[in-house]
Amino acid sequence: MLTVFSLFMVALLALVFGALLGFAAIKFKVESDPLVEQIDAILPQTQCGQCGYPGCKPYAEAIANGDVINKCPPGGEATIKELADLMGVEAIPLDAAHGVEDVKKVAFIREDECIGCTKCIQACPVDAILGAAKQMHTIIVDECTGCDLCVDPCPVDCIDMLPVEVDAAHWEWNFKKVSVGDIPIKQVS
Amino acid sequence: MFADYDKIIERLSLKQLWDFPGGVHPAQEKELSNQSNIEALALPELFYVPVKQHIGIHGDLLVNEGDKVLKGQALTSREQAMSVPVHAPSSGTVKSIKEHVSAHPSGIPELTVCIEADGKDTWCDLKPIVDYTKASKTDVIQAICDAGISGMGGAGFPTHIKSSNVKPIEFLIINGIECEPYITSDDRLMREHAWQIRQGIDILVHILSPKRVIVAVEDNKPEAFETLSIACQQKENYHLISVPTKYPAGGEKQLIQVLTSREVPAHGLPVDVGCIMYNVGTCYAIADAIVEGKPLIERVVTLTGQGLSNAKNVWARLGTPVSHLIDSAAYDASKQKEARFIMGGPMMGFAITSLQTPVVKITNCILVPSDNELPHIDDERACIRCSACADACPASLLPQQLFWYSKAKELDKAEEYNLFDCIECGACAYVCPSEIPLVHYYRQTKADIRNQKEEKAKSDRAKIRFEARKARLQREKEEREEKHRLAAEARKASMKSDGGAAKDKIAAALARAKAKKEALAKKASGTEATEPTNEQVEKTDSPAQAESAGAIADKAEDQKKAAAAEKKKKVAATIAKAKAKKAAQAKEADMPSESAKSVEQAEPTEKSTATEQASASSSEDAKKKAAAAEKKKKVAAAVARAKAKKKAEAAKKENKES
Repeated sequence: MLTVFSLFMVALLALVFGALLGFAAIKFKVESDPLVEQIDAILPQTQCGQCGYPGCKPYAEAIANGDVINKCPPGGEATIKELADLMGVEAIPLDAAHGVEDVKKVAFIREDECIGCTKCIQACPVDAILGAAKQMHTIIVDECTGCDLCVDPCPVDCIDMLPVEVDAAHWEWNFKKVSVGDIPIKQVS
Repeated sequence: MFADYDKIIERLSLKQLWDFPGGVHPAQEKELSNQSNIEALALPELFYVPVKQHIGIHGDLLVNEGDKVLKGQALTSREQAMSVPVHAPSSGTVKSIKEHVSAHPSGIPELTVCIEADGKDTWCDLKPIVDYTKASKTDVIQAICDAGISGMGGAGFPTHIKSSNVKPIEFLIINGIECEPYITSDDRLMREHAWQIRQGIDILVHILSPKRVIVAVEDNKPEAFETLSIACQQKENYHLISVPTKYPAGGEKQLIQVLTSREVPAHGLPVDVGCIMYNVGTCYAIADAIVEGKPLIERVVTLTGQGLSNAKNVWARLGTPVSHLIDSAAYDASKQKEARFIMGGPMMGFAITSLQTPVVKITNCILVPSDNELPHIDDERACIRCSACADACPASLLPQQLFWYSKAKELDKAEEYNLFDCIECGACAYVCPSEIPLVHYYRQTKADIRNQKEEKAKSDRAKIRFEARKARLQREKEEREEKHRLAAEARKASMKSDGGAAKDKIAAALARAKAKKEALAKKASGTEATEPTNEQVEKTDSPAQAESAGAIADKAEDQKKAAAAEKKKKVAATIAKAKAKKAAQAKEADMPSESAKSVEQAEPTEKSTATEQASASSSEDAKKKAAAAEKKKKVAAAVARAKAKKKAEAAKKENKES
C-alpha cells in the first residue's frame, strides 16, 4: 500500500513540476537568442558581407552557433578582442582570407560619370544611396558604412572609396612631430 | 548640503571665502606684459576668419568670393541653433573662401573666409540698442547673438545660449581671475576699460535678474581690482571679491566653489547651483554690442614670452595671422633653437602648427618662450605612484588611475573614474615628478571615447537601416507574390463563374477570325470576279455597272449577316469601297477614252452617279496614298532615330572604354 502511495505521490509531484515548467516555458519565453543580440551589438554593422554571411546579424548567429570570430575585417582586432571576451575564447588574428583591416572609408560617386542605372542603389545594404533610374545618384555620407558593396555592380566604375578625413572635432590628439601643447611650463622640485 | 544664499552673503561681506581642493602655484610671469597700455595694432593685409570659432556649428555663409565687405558686416548667418555669426574684421574684399589652418592643436584646415583689407577700415551701419533697459530681454539676447559673442574666457560657448537660461539665478559671477601664468589681457582690460565692463555687467543683470553680482579678481591684480571697484561702487548688490592666487581658481567650477562653496554636479551646469559666470572680456564685448552696436571683431591678445623683445597687450582683430602679431612685438628668433609659438597660456595652451594661424574669439595669448624658459619635456618616465597629481587635482579626480586606464585603452574604466569631469587644467602634469604629460593622455582618451560613442551610434543606425531595408524587400516580395496570386485567382474565378460566357467569347472570337478569313477569301475572289463585270459594265452601260455594284454590296451584306458580327459591317463596307475603287481604277486605267465615250453615251443622271462614284473613290485613294506616305515617313524617321541612338550608345561605350 505504501509503495503504491509513494509511487502515486512521486508521479503527482512529477506532474505538478512538469506543468509548472511547461507554464514557465510559455510565460517566460525568450523571443530571440540574447547571445546573438550581444554578438550583433559588437559587430560594426557595416553589413559588408566580407565574412561570407549576408550581413552582420547572420554572422552573429553563425558565431553563436560556433563559427570562428576572426572573419570581420571592418571590426578588426578590437572587435575580435571584444568577441573573444564575450564568447570566452582565445582572441585570434584576423583571417586574411576575408580581407584586411583598413582605414575608415566612405563611398563617393563621381556624379558626372553616373549613368543612373540604379545598380548601386540595389546593392547598398543600408539604403545610403539616393537616386532614380536615369537620374544621377549620390551617397548619403552620414549613412554610408564603407562596405564596398556598391563598387562592383557599377557598370561605369564611377564609385570611389575615399578614406574619411579627420576634422578637428574628431582628432585624436596624436602629435606627429613634437610632443607640443600640453604643459610646457614645468617646476622641477 | 551647500551653503545657502544668506550664509554666502554673510561670508562674502566678511571677505571670507571657501577653497577648492588641489591647485598649484606656478610662477606668474605677468609683469612681462602688463606694464604698458593695450596697443592698437596696424591692420594686416589679409585676414583669415574661420567660420566656426565656438562650440556648436557654424552658420551658413552670407558672402561669396569677390564680394566687397564692410568692417563689422556679418559673414555667416545665425539661423541655426548653436550657431554664432562671424563678422568682417575690416573693410575690403573677400579674396577666397577655402580651408585654412585652424587655431586648434591639430591645425587641421577648416573653412575660412580670407579678406583682403582695403585699408579704409569703413564701418558698416551699426544698430545700437539706445536704451537696453526698455528693450525686451529677447531683443537684447538677439543683439548679443547678432554681434557674434561667444565666451571669451576659453571655452567659446555661445553667450546668447547661456543667457537664454530660464532657471532662477542667485549669483551672477564675473570672472576676472585670469589665473594662468603669463596672460594679462583681462588684467589690462579691467584696468583700462573697467567702466565698459561695468556696462556689460549692467546689461547682463537686465537679462538675467540675479539676486547678487560677484565680480571676482585674483589678488595679484590690485590695480584691476581698484579700477573695477571704482566702476562698480554705485551699485549696492555688486560685490567685488579679491580671490587668493592659486591655479586654476579661474576655472568655472573652481571659482563657484571658492565663492559659494557649491559644487557643480558632474554633467551639470553652474545654473544647477544657482550661478552663472561670464568672463570680463565677454562683458566688455556685450557692452560694445548693445551700447554701440559693434559686433565682436577684435579682442585683447597678450604677446609675451622671452622670445619677444617687446612683450605687450594689443587689440587684435579676429582673423589676424599670428605672424603679424609677433612681428609687431619684435620676435627674436635667436632665443629659440626651434621655433615654437603657443596659443593660450603655458598650462592649457597649445603650440600652433603654422604662423598663418588666425586669432579667433578665444585667443587670449600668444606665448613665445625662449629655449630655457619653457624647456621641451620629452623624457617621460614611469609612474611612481607618488599621488602628487591626486593632491593637485582641483576636480578631486584620481589622475593616476585615469592615466593607467588611458594608457591601457580601457575606455569604459576611464569613464567610470569620471574622466569627463577633468577640466584639463594641467595641474597634475605640472606636479608630476616623472614628467608624464598626463593631460595629453586624458585628451586622447576623451577623443577616443567620443569617437567610439559616435561610431556606436552610427553602427546602431546602420543596423536599423539594414533591418528596415530587409523588411522592405521582404514586404515587396510578398506583395508581388500576393498580386500574382490574386490575379491568377481572379482569372480562375472568372473562368469558373461565367465559364459559358467565356466560352461564348472564345467561340465569338473564333467566329470572328473565321469570318475575317472568309471575307479575305471573298475579297480575293470578289476582286477577281468584279474585273470581268467591270469590263462588262464598260462594254454595256453604266446602270448595269451600278446594278452589279449594288448586287455585290448586297452579297457582302449577306455575308456579314452570316458572320453575325457588328464589326463585319465595316469590313464589308471597306470591301465594297475597295471594289468600287478597283472598278474606278480599272475604268481610268483601261480606257479613259472608252469610259469617256460610255459616259457620253450614258444618260445625264447615270453619268452623274458614275462620276460621283469615281471622284469619291479617287479622293479616298489619294487620302490613303497620303496616309501611307506619311506612315512611311514616320517609320523612316523612327529608324533614323534608332540608328542615331545606337550610334550614340556605341560612341558612349567607346568613350567609357577609352
